[in-house]
Amino acid sequence: MKAPLCWLKDYVDIDVSAQELAEKLFSCGFEVEELSYLGNAVDRVVVGQVKSVADHPDSDHMKICVVDCGEAYGRELQIVTGAPNVFEGMKTPCALDGSTVVETNPAAKNPGGPKKIKKGKLRGVESCGMLCSGEELGINDDFYPGAEVNGLLVLDDSAPVGEDIRKVVGLDDWIFDISVTANRPDCQSILGLAREVAAVLKKPLKEPDCSYTEHATKKKPVRVEVQAPDLCPRYIGHYVEGVKGGASPAWMRRRLALSGLRSISPVVDITNFVLLEMGQPMHAFDADELGGGKIVVRRAKAGEKITTLDKKEFTLTPDNLVICDGEKPVALAGIMGGLNSEIKETTKNVFFEAAKFARDSVRRTSRSLGQSSDSSFRFEKGVSAYTSERGMARALHLIEELGCGTVTDLSEDVCAADLAPRKMTASVKKIEALLGISVPREEIEGILSRLFFAPVLDGDNLTVTVPGWREDVDGYPDLAEEIIRMYGYGHILPTFLDRARVTGGGLSEEQRRELRIKDILRTQGFNEACNYSFYSPKDFDLFRLSADAPERAAVHILNPIGEDLSVLRTFLAPSMLQNAVRNIRRGNEEGWLFELANAYLPRSLPVREQPEEKRRLVLGIWGNKCDFFDLKGAAEAIFEAFHLDVSYARAQKSWLHPGISAKVLLEEREVGCLGELDPAVADSLGLDKKVYLGELDMEALYPEMKGEVRFVNLPKFPAVRRDLALVADEEITCAQVEEVLMHSCKYVTKAELFDVYRGGQVPAGKKSMAFTLTFTPDDSAEKAFSPEALDGFVKKILGNLRFKLGVELR
Amino acid sequence: MQEKIRALRERTEAEIGKTDTGRALYELKMRFQAELKTVMSGMRELPKEERPAFGKLVNELKESIERQFEERAAVVRKKELEAKYAAERIDVTMPGRKFRPGALHPVTIVRNQLIDIFSGMGFKVYEGPEVETDYYNFTALNTPEDHPARDMQDTFYLAEKLLLRTQTSAGQIRVMEKEKPPIKILSPGRVFRSDDDATHSPMFHQMEGLVVDRGITLCDLQGMLAEFARRMFDSSTKVRLRPSYFPFTEPSVEVDLSCAECGGKGCRLCKGTGWIEVLGAGMVNRRVLENCGIDPDEYTGFAFGMGIERIAMLKYGINNIRALFENDVRFLEQFR
Repeated sequence: MKAPLCWLKDYVDIDVSAQELAEKLFSCGFEVEELSYLGNAVDRVVVGQVKSVADHPDSDHMKICVVDCGEAYGRELQIVTGAPNVFEGMKTPCALDGSTVVETNPAAKNPGGPKKIKKGKLRGVESCGMLCSGEELGINDDFYPGAEVNGLLVLDDSAPVGEDIRKVVGLDDWIFDISVTANRPDCQSILGLAREVAAVLKKPLKEPDCSYTEHATKKKPVRVEVQAPDLCPRYIGHYVEGVKGGASPAWMRRRLALSGLRSISPVVDITNFVLLEMGQPMHAFDADELGGGKIVVRRAKAGEKITTLDKKEFTLTPDNLVICDGEKPVALAGIMGGLNSEIKETTKNVFFEAAKFARDSVRRTSRSLGQSSDSSFRFEKGVSAYTSERGMARALHLIEELGCGTVTDLSEDVCAADLAPRKMTASVKKIEALLGISVPREEIEGILSRLFFAPVLDGDNLTVTVPGWREDVDGYPDLAEEIIRMYGYGHILPTFLDRARVTGGGLSEEQRRELRIKDILRTQGFNEACNYSFYSPKDFDLFRLSADAPERAAVHILNPIGEDLSVLRTFLAPSMLQNAVRNIRRGNEEGWLFELANAYLPRSLPVREQPEEKRRLVLGIWGNKCDFFDLKGAAEAIFEAFHLDVSYARAQKSWLHPGISAKVLLEEREVGCLGELDPAVADSLGLDKKVYLGELDMEALYPEMKGEVRFVNLPKFPAVRRDLALVADEEITCAQVEEVLMHSCKYVTKAELFDVYRGGQVPAGKKSMAFTLTFTPDDSAEKAFSPEALDGFVKKILGNLRFKLGVELR
Repeated sequence: MQEKIRALRERTEAEIGKTDTGRALYELKMRFQAELKTVMSGMRELPKEERPAFGKLVNELKESIERQFEERAAVVRKKELEAKYAAERIDVTMPGRKFRPGALHPVTIVRNQLIDIFSGMGFKVYEGPEVETDYYNFTALNTPEDHPARDMQDTFYLAEKLLLRTQTSAGQIRVMEKEKPPIKILSPGRVFRSDDDATHSPMFHQMEGLVVDRGITLCDLQGMLAEFARRMFDSSTKVRLRPSYFPFTEPSVEVDLSCAECGGKGCRLCKGTGWIEVLGAGMVNRRVLENCGIDPDEYTGFAFGMGIERIAMLKYGINNIRALFENDVRFLEQFR
């Protein structure tokens, strides 16, 4: 909300600087986001009076003037001007040597900013400054009459010579851009802010004059009928006749201009002024255009049409509230009037509307039609029924003050809202218990009085009457807030839960486990990534998922930022691939990343209830020095840390290399996959590096993870190692050999592949696999293994290998 | 006999003098001992009366030679070490061999720090669902459908009344419905808003804190946040409360911390104010307690919520929120 200081001063005697006021407002809950000085770009420009005008010897259009700028700046300054409207005796703004005016050249570096004016020669004649136009001061006709004239700004004769021009044309002012919180719609108005200013400065508030006199009329009344009181709790209408056109007074035009509005006609200006000043959106209908002598407030009929003031046509639904006359819609309630009843220059009679419309109704209609206005903005925030009445009274007062019409005795007020003053009683002790401090009684009384709560203190009982504009206040904590924000948060002193009970805190077992998983990966060189929870449906195509792939059953966001961020992740690998691609394109040749996050699996589609949120771990590595087994090693580190006994089998995934990918099995259940990105997918992305991706379903793994460690006695005798080089058919897998090695002799505690070799003495179609076997004596052993005993074990193992797999010793 | 002893002595002494490796010295010693053994075995052939004198001679020889061996060994060892030192010289400025661990994401690091600080104060951690119903995200938090505060956060909808949570406050309700006071929970997690620029991301993380018990006051909120600020940033960090508005707290406050960059004097980071806006907080609204079946006349509480990215950005001097979600390894590696 933008509030000019001069306007606030109409209601409060402000005796502090703009900066001090901004700080005070900040401390009581109104942050001034920007405090700007209106005459920022204009400096050292004063009122000058042209004493004489002479022709320039070297120019047809330039004139040499002698200008009186007052005792301080010079009585006889020679200034050259090219303005055609210069005349002897005129008072006009004079920019002195070293001054700044507004940059008017749109091609300049800072249009609207300051432009330096220096003493200099114009065609050989010295000029000590510049005479200025209104544009060069950054003002228009609404700021100062005649400011838009092409040429010098002709100032009123009353302007004192030598006076700072900013004071004369109204630029000596500050604009407060105040952020108003959602609970204070009453402060979306100058008067509302003035109330706060008065309270924080402990000054009285000068209420705007809302008095008016009704005159009897022979006009036919306009009857108001509200058919949707839920969406329109109050509708006030008042008939004004004999409306005149012409111009609004300068003070009103200036106020509107400061708020960025152009003056149109007195009646329209009054509606805009009341909206700004009182926070009450008003509408004025041309009463002679209202058919049937009535106003009906109702839900629109399906397909009904209206054309608004800005000439846009809308087709309505029963969700939209409309104002109709006896025949047709004449306004989109709270948003914009209809073109058919617009105020024109010829308008003679006006029917004023001041109403309260339900905020969600206005918001929904505004959103669905894509039509908004200053009115709808305020209705969405909330307008009180009290304000409607005051707004109407103020508008009628202004009609009289401006003399632009006659207020008749024809008025309507249909009110479903409860207008009785709300009395509230609260315990001071409870207020203080919430704050944790005690507040002097006179402070409580003073603060609440200044905020118009009319407090009455009787022992511990505090009775207040809630002001009509404060619909947000409904309990003692609200009063506590009013008191503390004015008393000052500096009075709140830190305590540390003196009265609360002790509670046990910290992470649960499951939460700690996730931290441990992250640490295991981190210590293996992985960096943790963090991706959005949504990606593009095109990622499913990139991953070549079949039409019926379960991953395609994803939840779609109804109002996404863009298609790229429109489906909730059903698996994380696409995000990880994006990360790899982005890194590789940025020249990051190697990377090891992981992310532990949720996948969202809908229970049914279209989604009606919360989807299942399943923890997933995705791994991604790329670079010249890594391969499938680095990826697998990372997964194995986790399985080993949590004593998970998993197995691996060749995987068939549309996005993984068919020869270099594995599914991870926990018992028979698939709990994840690991592999190289399918070269076809890599090609489609133009990747020149291999990317390895793995994804694990942690939700399936968590229940099987055993955190408990059981100690096993150390063997009494040392373990012994033997290396075996075996020759096997190509098809024999490492896992098959391991299986036999581990189960042929009870003393084998470890069988570790350390080399695979092809070629040389190994026949074609075969490979050599070298294993290190560890034999560990069990608890019952009486002595260490003898070489003979070991030979016996090996012989038995080799026999099994030969029998089961056709594998021979090399 | 005596001749043999003298010969052995002379030969051995001469050889000791010439030996200059530990190994040769050892071999010489073995040979000497063997020869001495042979000499001694000749003793049996001597007449009985000559034996003591002979034995004395042999002992003298043995002691003398062994002493010389030891002396020589010391010299040789020293020489050998010197040679070894001279030969074994490395370039100590060559890089060490190490295994480089990776880094946790800065959001995780800050999240862990926050959990650490607050769990020490008795907070448990609750992670609620990321897809929420309209009821938990808004209505139960005193933000009914016509409430203008709904506009404060642009919400991603999945279906009517089903949305991506806009705030971790939604978790408050789920905890308060299940548990009775005293309640002290911390609710960290992902939240989502339809916003995308240098300071806003459509997804970010929040950490919500909630305390409900008898006699909880605004002063307690101030005290707890002061402790948090000191531990998260530095012991001189100051806390300032100023009035604000959230539908689910009353009174509501915005919490500013003194700017760590300039110590409160005013700088570019704090836009010259000396303060940085870090979190929102307030006393839990009575309606919210009622919605969860907690008697607001018996219990009071406070809640606070902060953006984890915001804290991370302040702590590490990151100026664009998008950097946190690009997952560029050069960015991530800096948090090792």
